[in-house]
Amino acid sequence: MIAFWVTLLAVSILLYVLLDGFDLGVGMLFGLTRGETKRNAMMAAVAPIWDGNETWLVVTAVILWGAFPTAYSILLSAFYLPLLVMLAGLILRGVAFEYRNKTERMRWVWDWSFIVGSFAASFIQGLTVGALVEGLPIVNGQYAGGDFGWFSPFASLCGLGLCLGYALLGACWLVKKCEGELREQAYRLLPYLAIGLLVFLVTVFAYALAENLQVISRWLERQYLFVFPVIGALSAIVLAFSVRYRHDDLPFPMVVLIFVAAFGTLAISFWPYIIPFTLTIDDAAAPQSSLAFMFWGEGLFVFPLLLLYSVINYSIFRGKVQSIADHY
Amino acid sequence: MTEDLAMDALPLLLSRLQFAFTISFHIIFPSFSIGLAAWLTVLEALHLTTGRPAYRVVFEFWLKIFGVAFGLGVVSGIVMAFQFGTNWSVLSRMSGPIQGPLLSYETFTAFALEASFFGVLIFGRARVPPWFYLFSTAMVAFGTALSAFWITTNNSWMQAPVGYVMTNGAFVPDDWTKIIFNRVVWVRFPHMLLAAFLTGAFCVAATGAWYLLRERYNAEAHTMLSMGLGLAAVLVPIQIFFGHLTGDYVHDYQPAKFAAIEARWHDEQPAGEVLIAIPDEATERNNYEIKIPILGSLIGSLSLNSKEVGLTDFPPQDRPPVLIPFFAFRIMVGCGLIMLALAWFGSYLALRDRIEENRWLLWLVFLSFPLPFIAILTGWFTAEVGRQPWVVYGVLRTADAVTPFLTAREATISLAVFCTIYTLIFAFGIFYIYRLLHVGPVGHLIKPAIAAVPNRPMSLVGHGLISDAGYIGGEEQR
Repeated sequence: MIAFWVTLLAVSILLYVLLDGFDLGVGMLFGLTRGETKRNAMMAAVAPIWDGNETWLVVTAVILWGAFPTAYSILLSAFYLPLLVMLAGLILRGVAFEYRNKTERMRWVWDWSFIVGSFAASFIQGLTVGALVEGLPIVNGQYAGGDFGWFSPFASLCGLGLCLGYALLGACWLVKKCEGELREQAYRLLPYLAIGLLVFLVTVFAYALAENLQVISRWLERQYLFVFPVIGALSAIVLAFSVRYRHDDLPFPMVVLIFVAAFGTLAISFWPYIIPFTLTIDDAAAPQSSLAFMFWGEGLFVFPLLLLYSVINYSIFRGKVQSIADHY
Repeated sequence: MTEDLAMDALPLLLSRLQFAFTISFHIIFPSFSIGLAAWLTVLEALHLTTGRPAYRVVFEFWLKIFGVAFGLGVVSGIVMAFQFGTNWSVLSRMSGPIQGPLLSYETFTAFALEASFFGVLIFGRARVPPWFYLFSTAMVAFGTALSAFWITTNNSWMQAPVGYVMTNGAFVPDDWTKIIFNRVVWVRFPHMLLAAFLTGAFCVAATGAWYLLRERYNAEAHTMLSMGLGLAAVLVPIQIFFGHLTGDYVHDYQPAKFAAIEARWHDEQPAGEVLIAIPDEATERNNYEIKIPILGSLIGSLSLNSKEVGLTDFPPQDRPPVLIPFFAFRIMVGCGLIMLALAWFGSYLALRDRIEENRWLLWLVFLSFPLPFIAILTGWFTAEVGRQPWVVYGVLRTADAVTPFLTAREATISLAVFCTIYTLIFAFGIFYIYRLLHVGPVGHLIKPAIAAVPNRPMSLVGHGLISDAGYIGGEEQR
C-alpha cells in the first residue's frame, strides 16, 4: 500500500513538473518576446491546458497529506515563505490569462504579473528541490532552520536551473504548437537554453562532489543510476538533430526524456527517504487504515480517470495553434 | 514573561486571521457556484422538456457568470491545500491520517467530475447530443455538491471527532463509516448545500428584479425573478429545519458553544432565550438583555422545563469567545427570516402576477442579494469561532495546533501578501461579474468552439463581453 501511494506521488509530481513546467516556461519566455501578435500566440499555446496542468500540484499536495502526513507537515511548514511566494506567483499568473484580454490600459500590469509569477513559481520549485538535496535542518522531527533556513547559494542555483529547464520545455512547446516567426525564435533560443541547462547540471554535480553532499555517495553506491545520464545524453543528441533539421514534434519529447532522467536520478538517490536524509517513506506514511481507504476509492478508480481526462484534453487541443491566436 | 507570551501568541493570532480571511474569501465563490450549477441543470432540463427558448437564453447568460465564479473558487482553493501544512503543521501531522484522505477525496472526485464536464458545458453544446449536454450539466452540479460534501465531512470531524484511536500522538482512523456517516455530517452537509442553493436562488431573483427595475429583458427577468423566489420559498423553510437540527447537534456535542451562542452564563431551569443583549465576558453577564422565559428550554430540548447549561460550568480556558458566535448567529438567523419573508411574499405576488407593479418589493429583492452570503459567512463564523479554543473539538487546542516555530515576521508577511493579492484579484473578478450582469442576457447563443478552451473558466468573460458589447452597440443604434 505504501509502495502504491509513493508511486502515485511520484507520478503526480512528475506530471506536474512536465505539464505545468512547459506553461511556466512559456510564461518566462513571454518576458523575452515583444509584439502583441506573438504574445497572443504564446498565450493561446498554453491557455486551454494550463489549469488542468496545475491540478496536478493540488493532487500532489493532497496525496502527500493523506498518505504521508508527517512529510507534509514538516515540508510545508519548513518552506513557509517560499511556498507563499510560489502560491502568490501561481495566482498572479493564473489570473493574467484571463485579465490581460479585458483591458488595454492595464495590460502591462497583467503581462508583468504573468512573467514575474511564472518566474517566481519556477524558481521556488527549483529552490526547494535544491534545499532538499542539501538537506534541511531538522531536529527531532521538526524543522529547525528559522525563517530562511532553506536558503543557500546552492538552492538558489537550483532555482535558476529549474527556470532554465522549464524555459527549455516551454521553447519546445512553442516549436510544437506555433508557426512563423515565433517558432523560429523558439528554435533560435533552444540551443542556448539547452546548453545553459547542461552547464547547470555539470555545475550542480561538481558542487555536490566538492561539498561532498550525501547524495554523491548514493550515486557512487548505486551505479545503475548512471543509466539516467546516458538517457539524458542520448536525448540531448536527438534534440540537437531535431533543432538542426527543424523537426517540430521531436524537441518536446526529448526534453521530457531529459526531465524524466533527472527526476529518476533524484527520486532513486532519495530512496528510501521522502525527506532526504532524515525521514523515510515508511516513517512518514499514514496508518494502513488511511492508505487503504484512499486506495479503494480514489487510488484505484479515480486516479485513472484523472489520467484519462488529461489524455482527452490534450488530444482535443493537438496541432498548431495559430488558428486560435487569430481569434484573440 | 509577558513578552514571551506575546511572542507566542502573535503568530497564532496572525495564523488564525489568515485562515479566517482566506477561507472566508474562498467560501463566497463555491457557495455561489454550487447553487448556480444546480440552477443551470434545472434550466437545461426545463429547456429540453418544454422547448421554451427563454430557458435557453437564461441558461447561456448564467453560464458565463458561473464560469467566473468557478474560476475564482479554483484559484482561492489552491491556497487552502497548502495552508494546513504551512501554518498548522501540528494539526496536519496529527490529524493527517483522517483529514488528509478526506480532502484528497475532495480533490480527486470533485476535480475529476467538474474538470471533465466543465469543458463540455462551455464549448461542447454543438458537439454532443442534447441529452449528453444535460448529463454534463448535472455532472458539474454533482461535482460541486460532492466537493461540499467532503469539505463538510472534514469540518464535521473537527467539530465532533469520531471513529479514531490515538496512536503515537496521531489520530488513527479505525472506523471510516463513523466518520462519514456521522449524524453531524448529514445535518451540516444539507445545511450547507441548501445555503448554496439559496445563494443561487437569491442572486438570480435579485438580478431579475434589477432588470425589471431598469425595464430591460422583461421576459428573462420575469423567469429569473419568479423561479428564484419560488425556489427560495420552498427551500428557506427546509433550511430553517436543518438549521434547527444543526443547533441540536451543537446542543448535544458542543454544550459550551451552545451556551455561547445563547449568551447563557449560568445553568437555568427552565431556561430563557436571550433575544438580544451585549454579552460581557469580563463580568460574565449580559448588558441590555431582552429575554423570553422558557423559550430557551423549548429551543434547546423541546421541553418546557429542561435544565440548560451555562458557560460558567466550563473553566475559562475551555470557553469559546462569546461575542462573535452570539452576534454572528443572530445575524445569520435574521438574514434567514428576511429571506423567508421576501420569498413568500414575492412568490405570492408572482403567483397572482402582480409582482412587477410592486417596485418597492423589486427594490427589496434586488438589494437582498448579499443576504445569503452574509448568512453563510456568519454561519461559519458561529461554527468555527464557537468551536474555540479547540481545533479538534475537546481533543486538540488551536494554540497547540499551530506550527510551533512560526515567527511573527513570517506570519505578518504572509497575511499581508494574501490580503493584497486577494483584494486585487477579487476586485477585478467581481467587477467582471458586475459587467456581465449589467450587460444582461442579450439573447445570443454561444458561438461554435473555434477558440474552444475548456478548463479555462474565466476566459468566458472575454468572449462574452466582446460579443455582448457588439450586441449592445447594435441595440443602441436601433
